[in-house]
Amino acid sequence: MSNQYQERSAVVRIIFITVGIIFIVRLAFMQVFDSEYRRLADQQALRPITQYPARGLIYDRNGELLVYNEAVYDLMVIPRMTKGLDTNMFCRVMGITRDEFDARMNKARKYSTYSPSAFMKQVSKEEYGSWQNHLYKFHGFYVQQRTLRVYDKPIAAHVLGYVGEVDKDDIKNDKYYKQGDYIGKSGLERSYEEVLRGVKGKRIMQVDVYNRQIGSYMNGAHDTIAIEGGNLYTTIDAELQEYAEGLMANKRGCIVAIEPSTGEVLAMVSAPGYDPNLLVGRVRGENYLKLDSDVNKPMLNRALIGQYPPGSIFKVAQAMVALDLGVITPQTGFVCDKSLVGCHNHPSARSVQEAIKMSCNPYFYQVYRRVIQQGKYKNIYKDAQYGLTVWDDYMHRFGFGQKLPIDLPRGGMSSGNIPDTAFYNDKRWYGRDKWAFSTIYSNSIGQGEVTVVPIQMANLACIVANRGYYITPHLVRYYGPDSTRNEEFYTRHETGIKPAYFEIAANGMYDVVHAAGGTARRANIPDIDICGKTGTAQNIGDDHSVFISFAPKNKPKIAVAVYVENARGGGGYWAAPIASLVIEKYIRGEVTRKDVERMYREATPCQKLPLPRTIKKKRK
Amino acid sequence: MENKIDWISVALYAFILIFGWFNIYAACYDDAHTAVFDLATNHGKQLMWIGVAAIVALLITHIDPHIFSSTAYLIYAGVIGLLILTLFIGTATNGGLSWIKIGSFKFQSSEFAKFATALALAKYMSALDLDYSQLRTKIIAWTIILIPAGIILLQHDAGSALVFGSFLLPLYREGMSAKILITGLIAAVLFVLALLINKFILVGVLAAIGLFYLFVWLNKRTRTHYVWVTVAFLACTAFIFSVDLVFDKVLEPHQRDRIYVLLGKTDDTSDTGYNVHQSKIAIGSGGLFGKGFLNGTITKADFVPEQETDFIFCTVGEEWGFIGSLVLIAAYISLLLRIIRLAERQYSKFSRFYGYSVASILFLHFLINIGMVLGLLPVIGIPLPFFSYGGSSLLAFTILLFIFLRQDQERTTPI
Repeated sequence: MSNQYQERSAVVRIIFITVGIIFIVRLAFMQVFDSEYRRLADQQALRPITQYPARGLIYDRNGELLVYNEAVYDLMVIPRMTKGLDTNMFCRVMGITRDEFDARMNKARKYSTYSPSAFMKQVSKEEYGSWQNHLYKFHGFYVQQRTLRVYDKPIAAHVLGYVGEVDKDDIKNDKYYKQGDYIGKSGLERSYEEVLRGVKGKRIMQVDVYNRQIGSYMNGAHDTIAIEGGNLYTTIDAELQEYAEGLMANKRGCIVAIEPSTGEVLAMVSAPGYDPNLLVGRVRGENYLKLDSDVNKPMLNRALIGQYPPGSIFKVAQAMVALDLGVITPQTGFVCDKSLVGCHNHPSARSVQEAIKMSCNPYFYQVYRRVIQQGKYKNIYKDAQYGLTVWDDYMHRFGFGQKLPIDLPRGGMSSGNIPDTAFYNDKRWYGRDKWAFSTIYSNSIGQGEVTVVPIQMANLACIVANRGYYITPHLVRYYGPDSTRNEEFYTRHETGIKPAYFEIAANGMYDVVHAAGGTARRANIPDIDICGKTGTAQNIGDDHSVFISFAPKNKPKIAVAVYVENARGGGGYWAAPIASLVIEKYIRGEVTRKDVERMYREATPCQKLPLPRTIKKKRK
Repeated sequence: MENKIDWISVALYAFILIFGWFNIYAACYDDAHTAVFDLATNHGKQLMWIGVAAIVALLITHIDPHIFSSTAYLIYAGVIGLLILTLFIGTATNGGLSWIKIGSFKFQSSEFAKFATALALAKYMSALDLDYSQLRTKIIAWTIILIPAGIILLQHDAGSALVFGSFLLPLYREGMSAKILITGLIAAVLFVLALLINKFILVGVLAAIGLFYLFVWLNKRTRTHYVWVTVAFLACTAFIFSVDLVFDKVLEPHQRDRIYVLLGKTDDTSDTGYNVHQSKIAIGSGGLFGKGFLNGTITKADFVPEQETDFIFCTVGEEWGFIGSLVLIAAYISLLLRIIRLAERQYSKFSRFYGYSVASILFLHFLINIGMVLGLLPVIGIPLPFFSYGGSSLLAFTILLFIFLRQDQERTTPI
């Protein structure tokens, strides 16, 4: 072989090798150095599907299901993958107009062209079924299952709260959330969000060129399983709640019923209320705006956020403080001197028990004076400051002037106002050494600067029922798969006042309902020893009608506070009979006084009520 | 005297064949049909074709090698007849007319034209009194090549026709002027540049190169230099300005689109550029070690069209990664170099020329196919030898290779 041919053979070999090297270099760049292809591949062939766990269910204290879930479907779209979509056919199948399509598509594109976003949200099972078979024709679209809350009984909306889509802050505060996720917005849904939500799972599915899922990616090696949300077992008695809500129809105000021995809230009503089903699904936004703009503020939970003058119910606490301080004795009497403070016509009270029964204003004026001006200092201003500080401490032990640590969102709660020295010393109020008992005496009868939240009123009833202590009011007994119980909710909060004094208060409250001259004879039910205290709180409009109560007198099973806003006619007239119906319903299981029940259910506070027949009969 | 068959070539052939089958299996794999041998599936059919190919290979190694040389023209004439027949009774597939259908059995006659032409050309070129420098010889040689290529072009199978260009390499080895290769290369480069750059700028640059060559590069200038540079410049200029004409009038629209896509002149990833775009995604996403056998997300999900046939390399790239691709390319290059080595040890010119033809045909398929899937060359649909799904091509390539290996066994006897 000549040299020339050797050379030519070499040229051919070099051509082969060069091409091989070019290919290998190209492959190295594509496969090893450039990660863009991998991203593109995953993006078009893999579809991460979030597995939304079912949100935890909510039960009442008797195991009745209050809140459960219903499956709905979100139609998801990845805008970049919808190339070549037959828009006309799509609109026809989905039943939307071309304009709607463009609007939704633009919104999705704005969010991201690569990431999926919801094109149509919360499509019902029926609607989904109508186009499910066509879905394969539409590249870039797929369906994701979600759940919505369902409430069989339209009750306890304020307690349960509602669920809505996360907002920007939610996403920022907790990385768990992604756009489009749901979160508890209020009520128990919010305060037990972490229990109820469970843990989202993720499945990575492979999709083929026709957008069909063809199996899980790497046999699910990267998948995580969704963990179902934990259930809540609440303290609410659904039947009682429903009944109490019925009683508050056409009225503004609230009812709080608590089991005194445990602090378990049996019912919590805020009127006007709303059907919780209104704030679910696609109708939520519209209904929310409607409810939010309603002048009666149906979405507020008055039981927790309403700060009301307590009126005469406050006297019970004042008596206990004075007795404990020793500034009065159980037998101390005061003349009903209407020159000090106005009062209704009644004989002068000769004991604490009588004073509570008759709710004598001048009596408690005197009691409060002895608490505030104890004579420790000669300077009456200093003396008043000392007295108010002591009083203030007592009031906080009664749970006033602070947010009770109930298991609902703190944001939806008020603390009420118990004025302290700093409050009055503030120049915007009276200023230092410019106030004494004579300026603040209205507090004694639950007027003036004092405000109390209804839950605190019910709590006061619990304190008397328990003869001196309360358990934190709460709404959940236990939760989750392990039935976790929050022990904090079962600790006793002592007032530090002798039970014997509370016995006097209980006797006085018994007389309010049962004795001649009692202010709440309308609350009287045969066979049930109801103890109560009325209140008629003056304010800018018509008086508010207040009643706190517990029953039976010994080993009480239930404490109830009723507050009816602007109910012309006083505590005994409106709030007391309503409370008695709630108590009867709970203790007896049914209400025998159907006429009373009907009257209060249908009544609106504007009309003057005739005295119920059962009470008329009793008088004879 | 008979030598042992070249086991290195056979081993490389077998490796490529088996690796190919695994990738065909992966490409048409779906969880519902996992049976390995099922004639309803492409991998099942391919398994059958592999069996047929093995039998044919075995038969070839047992027949008298002289028969190839003595019947070369006869085979050639037969295949030409078949090609012409195909023009009339052929079945259209993918825009081409290259399939003959007999019952349920289809085969592509153009696949068999390659070894037949190689045999005929080898026979002609090995004539003892041949003088390649004579014009007559050149014309006859090129006629042997261009007849089948022309008929195949009439079948609208430009890819297969292009493969006949591979005979440039054996001709070059046997004494064809290197200028033809170089001219071809320059023409290709100018063709691409003319499509990419403004033609006047291109001509200007060429003029500058010519002047630089004449007045800076050369120390002494003769008249011949001036004449040749001028002729070359004028030829290039004419060529550049005829590119548009060729491009618009000669090429078919889909061919123009494919070239535009390759040159990045259109950015379309959904239509014409879709195949290559998906192919690059599949290969590029494989990474260093690949996603693993049957774990390719792109190929398994049918994103790449023609993935068992012309785009089979995607499966290698995606599932076996850079390492797997490297091994396959190394196997091909090794096989090609081995064939060249074997060709050079042939006693007879016929065998040597045929060996070079085998290597060149395989090489051109390898170049065009892998260049296409890697996005380096325009989309030209031809199979990857021994690797792509398809009975005709597997059988034809096997015959092509084993005729040569059979001759290599008899290399010490003059044919």
